[in-house]
Amino acid sequence: MSEARQALLSVRDLQVHFAIQGDKAWPWTPKHTLKAVNGISFDLYPGETLGIVGESGCGKSTLARALLHLNPATSGSLRWKGQEMSSASDAAWMAVRKDIQMVFQDPLASLNPRMTVAQIIGEPLRTHHPELSAADVMRKVRAIMQRVGLSAHQINRYPHEFSGGQCQRIGIARALILEPRLIVCDEPVSALDVSIQAQIVNLLQELQQELGLALIFIAHDLAVVRHISHRVMVMYLGRAMELAHKTALYTDPRHPYTQALLSAIPIPDPDLERNKVVQLLQGELPSPLNPPSGCVFRTRCPKAQAVCAQQVPVLRASGGGSLSACGLA
Amino acid sequence: MRVLEVKQLGVQFSTQDGTVYAVNGLSFALDRGQTLGIVGESGSGKSQSVLAMMGLLARNGRASGEVLFHGDNLLGMPPAQLNQIRGNRMAMIFQDPMTSLNPYLTVERQMTEVLQFHKGQDRATARLRSVQMLDAVKIPEAARRIGMYPHEFSGGMRQRVMIAMALLCEPEVLVADEPTTALDVTVQAQILTLLRELQRDFGTAIVMITHDLGVVAGLCDQVMVLYGGRVMEQGPARHIFHTPSHPYTQGLLRAVPRMDRDDACLLAIPGTPPNMARPPQGCPFHERCAHASARCASTLPALLPVGGGAQALRACHRDPAAAPPAPHQEMAHV
Repeated sequence: MSEARQALLSVRDLQVHFAIQGDKAWPWTPKHTLKAVNGISFDLYPGETLGIVGESGCGKSTLARALLHLNPATSGSLRWKGQEMSSASDAAWMAVRKDIQMVFQDPLASLNPRMTVAQIIGEPLRTHHPELSAADVMRKVRAIMQRVGLSAHQINRYPHEFSGGQCQRIGIARALILEPRLIVCDEPVSALDVSIQAQIVNLLQELQQELGLALIFIAHDLAVVRHISHRVMVMYLGRAMELAHKTALYTDPRHPYTQALLSAIPIPDPDLERNKVVQLLQGELPSPLNPPSGCVFRTRCPKAQAVCAQQVPVLRASGGGSLSACGLA
Repeated sequence: MRVLEVKQLGVQFSTQDGTVYAVNGLSFALDRGQTLGIVGESGSGKSQSVLAMMGLLARNGRASGEVLFHGDNLLGMPPAQLNQIRGNRMAMIFQDPMTSLNPYLTVERQMTEVLQFHKGQDRATARLRSVQMLDAVKIPEAARRIGMYPHEFSGGMRQRVMIAMALLCEPEVLVADEPTTALDVTVQAQILTLLRELQRDFGTAIVMITHDLGVVAGLCDQVMVLYGGRVMEQGPARHIFHTPSHPYTQGLLRAVPRMDRDDACLLAIPGTPPNMARPPQGCPFHERCAHASARCASTLPALLPVGGGAQALRACHRDPAAAPPAPHQEMAHV
């Protein structure tokens, strides 16, 4: 990525903390701090797809929500087209959200069951462009429905009348209708069957090429992420472990966590799958309330040394354009 | 040694909209230490077929055909006799560990109950054995954690408790219904390794239901591909993955993005799975099939050997020789 191009979204040291009341605590005992996102930095350029992968509880969904100010960032900087948004007012966010939209994980739960498809897809227009006439809104809704592969005669139906894949198309149509520059997709295909999943992934890729959209694609399925992304960030316990171009990340992973994660994914080929070496991670994910000192991965890392407990490694270049947060790699 | 043989298993549900034929004509045989993978999308009937084998269908469900466990038909067996077998010689791991463990009882109560019922052990002996089994599935501090309630375990740990419970009586047949679907990949790798070790140590025969083709590739000897309640293709894993001859199997394999290579484009299967209350006439897949002809829409293809030396069956009218090369061979550079 050349530095000359202006980044669409530029995130520096983003932190999202939650105050958690302990299990058997009195109301006046101090609350614990859960650092769901702990110092994430990245740049996103127009037309690019950034994949974010990690296991449950690594903070990837919290990060996605923080990018849209759906939960506020505790500290750090978030610049949208050069404009600092971390301390921006709600009105300023309202304006920016025309450009940043989101597609949610559960296709049915993210659609209001009492609204028709026309109302669901048209709602962002009514919020952000109240000057449009009802006829104009309908015209745009029909056009976008056709674009995402829904037929216009389904316009007055309710979400429950659609299958999971079609509901996800409705969610994508709703995100697209404002002609955003960036769509944040939080596990958009994990609830879908493989044959339907491929349809949605292909749709997102077509839309990206056609409209020059930037995508942030969050998933726990690394194979899907490899397919759709240009660059991939691997997260573990709220921190970025590795950020690299997808080919580099998948063929030459630098961080021990990425290596373990990649080896754990089953390949649909009996010969390759049975002959590969799986690096089993020992133990359980540590509690995010009480993360290990130094490198958060050190308790399960096969290469951990004494130094890992002392220093918090930061993302730094580790050859081939990859950024890795490992003091040893 | 043949432990399980299923002949023409069918499952029907009587609903207000009439009879729904969820599973039709499913047959397979399983030897000791073998693994059968049942693959299919949601609604293909994969879960209902194993629930029928275990006698766990919903009240409006009815199973037909035969499920022979060491030659005894489990279908229509009196419950008292069936209870001697299930949970003991034939056990099941359910998909969702949170809703299949009793939240009101400690893990100890739930595990010892199995041994007290089937083996007639007293509580203390049963507890000892349960702790051993939790150790075997690599739950740390098993002796302390056995006294905990299911909600105190993480998802991966709960799934291990389920597996330990299913293995308590060292069953000859283990039915696993999507045992790793709700888990993260690193935990999934741990659980799959565990299942492989258990199979090696106890010679358990496993019926593995999953929609993840990668899991099937790693674990299964035989694979059965279901669609719309019918078997599309069944045979040795290598045949299914390397030379699939049914258009649905081919489509499924091409629709999965691969970790080990960059594909230009995923080949999605257009359309959606059929509604089982109103199944299409003829081949259930014909509406989404690129090679469908008029014959596919009218006549149901029979499940016949593919020929050419492969021990595989498929249900398709199309000439197997006309099938395009498998995706594996196109991408031989891997």
